[in-house]
Order: sequence, then structure tokens, then C-alpha cells
Amino acid sequence: MTPPETQVRNENRVVIAHIYTATAAIALGAVFGVFQGFARTSVFGAPTWFDYYRILTMHGVLMALVFTTFFITGLSLFVTYRSIPRERRLAVAWFGWSLMLLGTAMAALTILHGDATVLYTFYAPLKASPWFYIGATLLVLGTWVVAFEIFENVIFFRKSHPGQPIPLVVFCATATFVMWIVATLGVVAEMGLLIPWAFGWTPGINVMLTRMFFWYFGHPLVYFWIMGAYIIWYNIIPTRYGGNVFSDGLTRLTFVMLILLSTPVGIHHEFMDPGISSTWKMLHTVLTYGVAIPSFITAFAIFASFELVAIKQGRRGFIATVKGLPWSDPPFSGAALGMLLFILGGFGGLVNASYSMDSVVHNTIWIVGHFHVTVGGPVALTFLGAAYWMIPRLTGRALWKPEWALFQTRLWFFGMLIMSLSMHYAGLLGAPRRTAEVGYMGANVANTWEPFMLLAAAGGFFLFVSILTFVAVAVGTLLQNAKTESMEATFATPAEPAAATPALLQHVFRWGALALVLAVLAYAGPLGELLRHPGYLAPGMRTW
Amino acid sequence: MTFGISMLVVFLALIGFAAFADNINPPSGMQQIDPTKVSQTPPFDKPGLHRLPDGSYEAYYVAQVFRFNPATLTIPIGSKVTFYVTSADVVHGFFVPGTDLNMMAIPGWVNQETHVFRKPGEYLVICHEYCGIDHQDMFAKIEVSQ
Repeated sequence: MTPPETQVRNENRVVIAHIYTATAAIALGAVFGVFQGFARTSVFGAPTWFDYYRILTMHGVLMALVFTTFFITGLSLFVTYRSIPRERRLAVAWFGWSLMLLGTAMAALTILHGDATVLYTFYAPLKASPWFYIGATLLVLGTWVVAFEIFENVIFFRKSHPGQPIPLVVFCATATFVMWIVATLGVVAEMGLLIPWAFGWTPGINVMLTRMFFWYFGHPLVYFWIMGAYIIWYNIIPTRYGGNVFSDGLTRLTFVMLILLSTPVGIHHEFMDPGISSTWKMLHTVLTYGVAIPSFITAFAIFASFELVAIKQGRRGFIATVKGLPWSDPPFSGAALGMLLFILGGFGGLVNASYSMDSVVHNTIWIVGHFHVTVGGPVALTFLGAAYWMIPRLTGRALWKPEWALFQTRLWFFGMLIMSLSMHYAGLLGAPRRTAEVGYMGANVANTWEPFMLLAAAGGFFLFVSILTFVAVAVGTLLQNAKTESMEATFATPAEPAAATPALLQHVFRWGALALVLAVLAYAGPLGELLRHPGYLAPGMRTW
Repeated sequence: MTFGISMLVVFLALIGFAAFADNINPPSGMQQIDPTKVSQTPPFDKPGLHRLPDGSYEAYYVAQVFRFNPATLTIPIGSKVTFYVTSADVVHGFFVPGTDLNMMAIPGWVNQETHVFRKPGEYLVICHEYCGIDHQDMFAKIEVSQ
């Protein structure tokens, strides 16, 4: 059943709203980001009116929470609508987007007004305006509405196609949101403590409880981003080089593993905290290593897909395989350069998750280097590349200046490499993260990391130019009239001959339920330990 | 992939061995304290260095916006010092760059970590968790004497 053309146009409008909200977020976030890079160097410094921490809060919230979330909701709605054509109403989808936007606006205005300079981790007992917490909660609730829209389509598909597996790309998007629901329960629980306290209805806050709830959510948050990138790597990128998904079953297995293993790992962010005994820290170290496995599978599957195409085209050997890939195609370039950055991100991540080794790097700028080369590398660069693929299919317009788009992905790669490597190295020397000035009155040790702060600022400047280029292409495409050849979106199919996917891997919602059980088991110990120590509530204060 | 997974197992074995054989564990203080009464609660009413009968030391630090108490400390080289840190207000960090002496100061809890300084000289103690408008000015010094 083909839906009427006007309906497809309306579906595209919902997705455009999500993707261009994400574009606005990354554009603003970049402006705030480039200032910080320069402020941290001793050469440039910051003018007296410059409120480093307010700008840092904006940068973190816009990039980590707003850009990524709106892009993933937009992408997931897009792949669902295109893979399950049917007559549908879009009220729920628009409601979800509006709720997300309202929440974002509330949080952003509160920060800009100076009432929530608490960074994107909003660690209690720093006490922000309650409207900041309410805004952030509405953003999350909005994503639940979008998840409901996707799940409703999956349930429709199952009813109308009994016995058929959900299309692979929709399975991946659904798995991403199943994981997201399990994970965001943590932050909603935290908000349940923070909001009444911020209004002054409760006298104090259990600091360690809020930290545990935050990181129950905070680590799967990064897997939410990664799963967004994996949707693209498995289902869209192979179509750019005429290839296939290496295996339907292996792809579904990867996403099922990510549903299960993303959440019960959060305590590796709290290795240096009191109140959590080393048993639980060790347990979460082991579990965090487990979540590296689906990433290994992905690295294998993607390279296997590259190789199958090379063999089909008569190219043999590693160099011929790599050379034959479409490096000048902006969507491919974004994803592939992102994958290269992810190698660095993966190695660093294993260091951070390593129990005792974390004490060398915890809260140093190494960590900032790490998450810029993960969420800012594979994730953001893949998303920007995928935007070049989606925007013509949504608007019917040809991409404006594709050569700029290609330049943008390459500049991003080099900028990120320079910035992130400098941050990693400065972190090993001991430079702290989230600190406005790191000169410490000319202390010797601070002089060792100063040159790397300057290098990081230079890398940040390249990233800033790269984002300006992205915005120019994204907006330029809307402002010109050149038509694209086809708005058709096709997704990669498994290579032939394909083995049948085990039925066990089809039950995405049941795996979600199991994930919740696993998360409860992994947190029962540390949470119980915390609650056995009733302790003291911190009254909280505003220190900015 | 097989190589990757085997490496994971090797890394875990090494970390586990270090933890159980050499007692290399992250700081995990389990002692609690009323964050509103830190300045009246011994031993944090008199922060600083205390020598124990066995020749080792205990150092008590109070972190609060935007300073550490004590602001300076002199430690004899090679001595074993257990650092106890708490916060009187918001979350702070306690980190000595160039070492692995790294922990969070959480209001309501006392965190602890043992460290031996083997090189003489002046060390910085910095707050490495954002704690407010003058967070960048929050640092102390440790002098390791010959």
C-alpha cells in the first residue's frame, strides 16, 4: 500500500524539523566551543566579561544532549517512515518534536540567563533553577513520545506482515530506542529528586544517589549516540559503495548486545567516588569490557562488507580494498573518517574503564579528548555525512556545493585529530578538564601542558570552520532550486547467500525487558550499599 | 575480533591481579560526615598532617569553595601518607598532577587514598571538578622535602 504523495511530504517535514533543529544546535554549540579552546590558552586568555562556565554549560548541553538527540530521533523516524510505508497521522511525531523543543528552549534560556551554570552533568549539590531540570526532563519525555511513534509502527508491521522479520534498519532504530528507554529511567529518577529540591520543597539532596542515577543514564547515553552511528554504518553506508550488509543476523546480534550491555556499566564513571566499594567498581569494569565486544563485531562486519565489494569488483588485498572505496563521496567520507577516529576513541575508552588505571586520567582533559574523539568523531562526523545523504531525500533539492561537504568532513577529521591528541597528552601531564584557566600561577607542572592547550585551540578552530561549512551547505541546499534526481531512500540488504536470522534475535522488546533486569542486577549491589548508609543530605548552593 | 576479545581478557586479568595481589584499588572511602558541621567534626576541625606511631602519616583535607585547607603541607620524602578528603559544600576534586593521587571530595563522605611521594619538590593539589565561578583558583601545594 503506497501512501499518498502529500503524506510522504508531511513525513519529510517532521524529519526536516528534527534534522534542522540538530543543525541549529551544532552551529550554536560550535560558536560556544571555539571560545573555550582559546580561553584556556595563556596566550589568548579570556576577556573579563567572559563567563567560561556558562558558555561551557551551553556547549555541553547543545552538543551532547540536543544535537545528538534531535539527529537520532530524526534519523530513526526517517528510516521507519521510509521502510514501513502506510497511511499514518503525524500528530504524535509532531507532539514529540514540540515537547523536545520546548524542553530544550527552557533549559537553554535558563542557562543563558545564568541560572543553571552547572555544566551538562548538573552534579548536585550545585543548585540550578528548577526550570533547567524541568526543561531537561521535557526533552527526555519528548524522546519517549518519538520512541512510542517508532514502536507503534513496528507493532503495525508485525500485525500486517505476520511471520516476517522487521526490516533491518527499523530493527536497529527500534533497538536504539529500547535501550534509550531503559537508560533514561535513571535520569528521570534523578530529576524526581532534583526538581522538588530545587523548588525548596525538600531540605537537602542525597548527593551520591543523584550521581549513581546520573551515571546509570550517562554511560548508555554515549551508546545511544554510537547506536545512531551504527544504524548508518550498517544500513546506509554500504549503499554508497554498492555493497551489502555483511550479515543480517550479526547486525541484529550487535544491536541486541548493545541493548543488554550499555546500561549496567555506569559506575566506571565513579571509580574515584567514595561510598561505592571496590567490589562494585570491579564488577562494572568487567561489564564495561563486555560492551566493547559489539564494537569489535562492528569493526569486523564493516571491513568484511568492504572486502566483499572488492572481491566482487576483482580488487584483491588490503590496499586495493581501501583504495576502491568512494573517499570523495561526502556521506562515505564522514562515516569512514569517523571510524578511523573511533579506533583512537576505543583504545582510550578501555583505559578509562580500567578500574585502577583510571586514577591517572580521571577528570583530566584526557577525558575531554576521549569523548571528543568518540561522540565528536565517529558519531558527529557520521551524522554530518549522513545529513548530506538525507537532506536531498527530504527536500528534493540537490546538495548545494558537494565539494564543500567533502572538504568539511576532511577538515573535521584533521581538526579533531589535532585537538583530541593534544587533549589526551595534556591530560596525561595532569591538565584538568572543565577549568577556565589552567596556568596555576605559573606552576612548573602547568607550564608542561600549556603548548598542548594552544594546539588543542588550533584543532578547535578547524572544527569551528568545519561546522560553519556544514551549516552553509545545509542551509544553502534549502535556498537554491536545483532538484535532486530521486528522493528514494534505499537501505543495504544482506549479502547473498544469506543464512536465515535466528528467530531469537527478532524479539527486540523482550531483549529490552531482559536489559532492565540486567541493569537492576548490576545496580542492586551498589544502590543497596548506598541506601544502607543513610548519611546526610547536602543543602546545596549556587556557587556561580 | 578473536584477538580483540582475548586482549580484553588479558587486560582484565592484569587489572584483577594488580587489585588483589598488589592492592591497587581506586579510592573508596566509606566513612560519613555531616557536610554542614565539617569544621566542628574531628579530625577535620584541625586539617593537616598527623604522624602515626608506626612512622606513617595521615593528611586531613577540607575542600570548600574555593580553597583547600591546609593550603600548604610539607611531607618528608618516601613516607607513606593516607589522604582523607571531604567537602563542606559542593562536589570538589582532589588531584595531584603527575601522580595517580586522584579522588572526588563529596559532601557527606570522607574519601581516602594512600600515596608515597618518591621525588622531592613542589607538587600542586588541584580541584579537578567544576565547583563554581572561581573553580580555577582552587589549588593547594605540597612540598616534598629531602
